[in-house]
Amino acid sequence: MALLSDASSGIAAGTARRGPITRLLEDERRLGIALLAPTVILLVLFIAYPFVKGVELAVTDTRVGVPGPYVGLDNFVHVWQDGIFRVAVWNTCLYTLVTTIFKTILGLWLALLLNRSFRGKAFMRAFILLPFIIPTVLSTFAWKWMFDPTFSVINWVILHLGLMSAKLVALTVSAVVNFPHFSQIAIDADLAPLFGSGRINWLGDPTLAMIAVIIVNVWRGVPFYAISLLAGLQTISPELHEAAAIDGAGPWQRFRHVTWPLLLPVTMVIVLFSVIQTFADFQLVYVLTGGGPANATQLFATYAYQIGIGTGLLSQGATISLAVFPVLLFVVIVQLLYIRRVETT
Amino acid sequence: MIEGARWRRWVFFYLPLTAFVVSLLFPFYWMIVTAVRPDNELYRPWNAPNYAPFWTLHPTLEHVRDLLNDTLFGTWMLNTMLISLAATAISLFCGLLAGYALARLKFPFAGSIGTGIFITYLVPQTLLFIPLSDIIRNFHLGDSPWALILTYPTFLIPFCTWLMMGYFKSIPKELEECARIDGAPRWKAMLYIIFPVAIPGILSAGIFAFTLSWNEFIYALVFLSSPEQKTVPVGVTSELVRGDVFYWGELMAGALLGSIPVAFVYSFFVEYYVSGITGSVKG
Repeated sequence: MALLSDASSGIAAGTARRGPITRLLEDERRLGIALLAPTVILLVLFIAYPFVKGVELAVTDTRVGVPGPYVGLDNFVHVWQDGIFRVAVWNTCLYTLVTTIFKTILGLWLALLLNRSFRGKAFMRAFILLPFIIPTVLSTFAWKWMFDPTFSVINWVILHLGLMSAKLVALTVSAVVNFPHFSQIAIDADLAPLFGSGRINWLGDPTLAMIAVIIVNVWRGVPFYAISLLAGLQTISPELHEAAAIDGAGPWQRFRHVTWPLLLPVTMVIVLFSVIQTFADFQLVYVLTGGGPANATQLFATYAYQIGIGTGLLSQGATISLAVFPVLLFVVIVQLLYIRRVETT
Repeated sequence: MIEGARWRRWVFFYLPLTAFVVSLLFPFYWMIVTAVRPDNELYRPWNAPNYAPFWTLHPTLEHVRDLLNDTLFGTWMLNTMLISLAATAISLFCGLLAGYALARLKFPFAGSIGTGIFITYLVPQTLLFIPLSDIIRNFHLGDSPWALILTYPTFLIPFCTWLMMGYFKSIPKELEECARIDGAPRWKAMLYIIFPVAIPGILSAGIFAFTLSWNEFIYALVFLSSPEQKTVPVGVTSELVRGDVFYWGELMAGALLGSIPVAFVYSFFVEYYVSGITGSVKG
């Protein structure tokens, strides 16, 4: 109410006396330009200009503080011949593809679970989003600690689950073999060597390090997928499901022929955003593995950082960053075309 | 929704949901346990006998105390808070005006400017940080909070604009037209009639922008160098890891305390945050 009366008095004052600026801004075109000016200035200064600058860096040979001569496409040739760069390209594509698949499947599953009505749903939803809102670097440190080779809680769980199931198997076997004279034999000593020291060096092994990085990315991404997909699910009218159920469709058929087609456009948009973010991911890998061991988890962004900032070869770093651009553009165009097709049909 | 026997409900609903919740929240639990666990218990090999990894019987605040006394953690918190708030304010201001202009006004190039802003929405920070670091150096902004306050809006504004545009489009035009018929100038109708109605949208955009700024890492890592200028994520990464030595207790305490402001803001405005996510996806 207070707002309304404020507003009307403001308007009354406005009609009584109009300044020159008010008159100028009455024109839709001028007002539009005035409103967009701050945004456009900031974006031109800190996005368009850096982009141009990046191209300039890529065609010269510049180091920190040393402006370099024009070298044409030398940097691109150099980067293309760089074995580590190729590894980084491959890693980035693999990382993006695998995490996106897992995030989509798990996110959709979680969304379907959350779409049911149960007690404490709002509460649950709030907690589930935590991995997504807590700063990535900080939660990645928690994971790094969980993957620690010596003090890993994950290894502890795996070992104990493994021992437990092995024990169970051994007990059953011995029970069967020794029947009817059932006796518990000393199996612990026999089992221990099976698991070696049980020391899984998550971040020290090339394959495991990639798996670890993927796990953390999926962990962080699933809540975002789930909550966005849940919003999409909630726009689907329950009547459609009822109609399908009356026609005799089972749960899987209802999902396949009712839910999924209606959810596809939203899913595509989420995937688009997620793919871009994952493709250009930096902080997770920087903290968890630093690109190692032996570049096994090196991505575009971590490699660009290592070359451009770490060693100060600005030009080469900028070239690596720029090399991402066509790939990214391609992915985005393909997805946008696909989204348009899905939305028009 | 769930038909059938009770076991079906367990197998298809409670079990998977519990698995999801446990695996999504376990790292945070682990963070808390590690932060309060004394060092002699922390660095006991996990396969030592009688090892109780999931809780501690001797909780201690030693790590938190060390963190606050021996490092610049308090300064980093203040820096991050200041930078996040300033960047959010700038982005909201720009996004609000731009969103209104794009949603309501007809003027030349409106379409292409809108597309341009959408494209910048899709540009990840890691694409531009190297040339940007050069520019920051040339502008003599290096190692100052201004480097971040001015660059964070580049990834926040497109998002805010997009969200606000969607929100303004959902407000009926008649509301504004009534005010205009009563003789209000255009900008006053915008300021006093439309913006107050858009407060939920502004809140969503603001919370989202705040959490994104708090989360930002690469710009802060590249543009800041002296320890007393750093933000929480960068400070924790560079100052609590010395060479190969990780101070895990302090690290986890830092991760925990550093998450609190975001979690706090989030807990008050969960609904707005969720509608922000949905809005950003629906466009």
